[in-house]
Amino acid sequence: MARGNPIDSVKGFGVTFKQIFKKPITQQYPEYKRPVYPRFRGRHRLHVHENGLEKCVGCSLCAAACPADCIRVVAAENTADNRVSAGERYARIYEINMSRCIFCGYCELACPFDAITLGNEYEISEYSRDDLIYTKDMLLAEPIKKVPVADRDLYDTPIPYYQEHS
Amino acid sequence: MAIASDRPRIYESSRVPSPIPTVLQVPEELRGSEDLLQVNFGPNHPSTHGVLRLIVDLHGENVVGLEAVIGYLHTGFEKNMEQKTWWKAITYPERIDYLSFQNNELVFVLAIEKLLGLEVPEKATWMRTCLCELNRIHSHLVWLGTAALELGAISMFWYCFRERDSVLDLYEMVCGARMHTRYFQAGGLAEDIPRGFFPEARKFVDWMPKAVDDYERLVDQNEIWLERTKGLGLLSAEDAIALGQSGPVLRGSGVDWDLRRAQPYLAYEQLDFRVPTYPNGDVWDRYKVHMDEMRESTRIVAQCLDRLEGMEGQPWIADDRKVVLPPREELHTSMESLIHHFKIVTEGYRVPEGEVYVALESARGELGCYVVSDGGPKPWRVKFRAPSFVALEATATCMTDALVADLIAIVGSLDTVMGEVDR
Repeated sequence: MARGNPIDSVKGFGVTFKQIFKKPITQQYPEYKRPVYPRFRGRHRLHVHENGLEKCVGCSLCAAACPADCIRVVAAENTADNRVSAGERYARIYEINMSRCIFCGYCELACPFDAITLGNEYEISEYSRDDLIYTKDMLLAEPIKKVPVADRDLYDTPIPYYQEHS
Repeated sequence: MAIASDRPRIYESSRVPSPIPTVLQVPEELRGSEDLLQVNFGPNHPSTHGVLRLIVDLHGENVVGLEAVIGYLHTGFEKNMEQKTWWKAITYPERIDYLSFQNNELVFVLAIEKLLGLEVPEKATWMRTCLCELNRIHSHLVWLGTAALELGAISMFWYCFRERDSVLDLYEMVCGARMHTRYFQAGGLAEDIPRGFFPEARKFVDWMPKAVDDYERLVDQNEIWLERTKGLGLLSAEDAIALGQSGPVLRGSGVDWDLRRAQPYLAYEQLDFRVPTYPNGDVWDRYKVHMDEMRESTRIVAQCLDRLEGMEGQPWIADDRKVVLPPREELHTSMESLIHHFKIVTEGYRVPEGEVYVALESARGELGCYVVSDGGPKPWRVKFRAPSFVALEATATCMTDALVADLIAIVGSLDTVMGEVDR
């Protein structure tokens, strides 16, 4: 049932041979980190106003929008001697279960106060599932690992407000 | 649906119109024979395209019996979607067939739009066409890479995944995620197209035909490849139709049928493309169909880009405040927008009562979505007609007179994605 002949079979190696003269396209991750595009949805972040008050008012819209049900918000009232957020209430507990999150970004679409955004950090693996439950303090803090981001002007037009600070 | 009349008869004893078995029975005379060896192929065999389990009866090297066991990847997508509002359910279909995710998303979004009677802006329609074709290329590249890898052509795998990565980069740029994008929303697109998309996509469109030529040069004349694909896994046109095949499997059997042309959706009516068909119904022909489709899809993407480039500044999503989230800048200024926003996010939009079936040509064939709405904020029933599941039914028919080594080539050529088979 021989259909090709052995000489023709070798012709295919020409394609392989040509690659010698090309620059490799592989990137030496993790030494080199390719800049992600600005719209890339990674690790979440919570934001604060310039005066230090939290933007989140504990309305739970993000939890309502989440298709994976991975956000838990428990709100409490702001008082005169304990003012946390700019609104009437604040999120006493704000947890995201990162092992359930599907990074669809519905939470940032849902948030009417631009309090939660999806940043560009993607290196969020942990050894234990418990460590993947992000608390409010973790989400409010600056991410430890920074990721380079490609030109926002070119790859994200118009710049949505909610991505400006992420 | 036309069958080429000059098509050579593939093999005698075509089983039409008697029912076609989807299980290959061990012949009467071999039953109970001591020469029979029953082998479990999978469920975690590296060349099963996911967690497919095939129980294979071997007589020497010949496959005499075959039964597919599925369900290892069942996740209950359809049932899960019934628990979510329409808006949230959009994130589910793209995870069913994770290789042609954008087509899966589109079919559900089209079903919602059909029930709502929603008009989609022109820009959204063209961008959807563009992304769906890019997605077809992506899916075919993964197929080609893995199918070739299973037959021992490892360098093919690297080259295919190189191009696949540039498609995924385009997705990352436009949609924010490399695979599961949720970019199509009822009414249009979730976000505008970034300016940087066009030059990058042009680069890809210019490169892709050369890459396909390279793939063909790599294997087309290779003796091993020819031996392992030509004349194997025969599926006649009659059998293919009787088994309900669609997509590359059907077109590889010589049936000229493509939903993009037969029932045009999106912008396919205004596009110039060819539907490749090959007459023999073997593994080789299915491979050729995939190759030609990649070239055609590249042409379609180029045409879409031509149109999209002239549409800057046009709306990308319908202006229907009952369904579409209001623009973000209005949330801080307009009370009415804020109320609509809260209503849509918490309760979801309501879709009129009714049932609808939408079918489109995904990378694997006719992908159908049957949706029933009871008028509430959640779908009452969602059912997908998965082309992979149907393709898997042809395994037993294709396996006539196959050797155990051909089994891998044949299962690979049917291009099944187990996520879609089990759902």
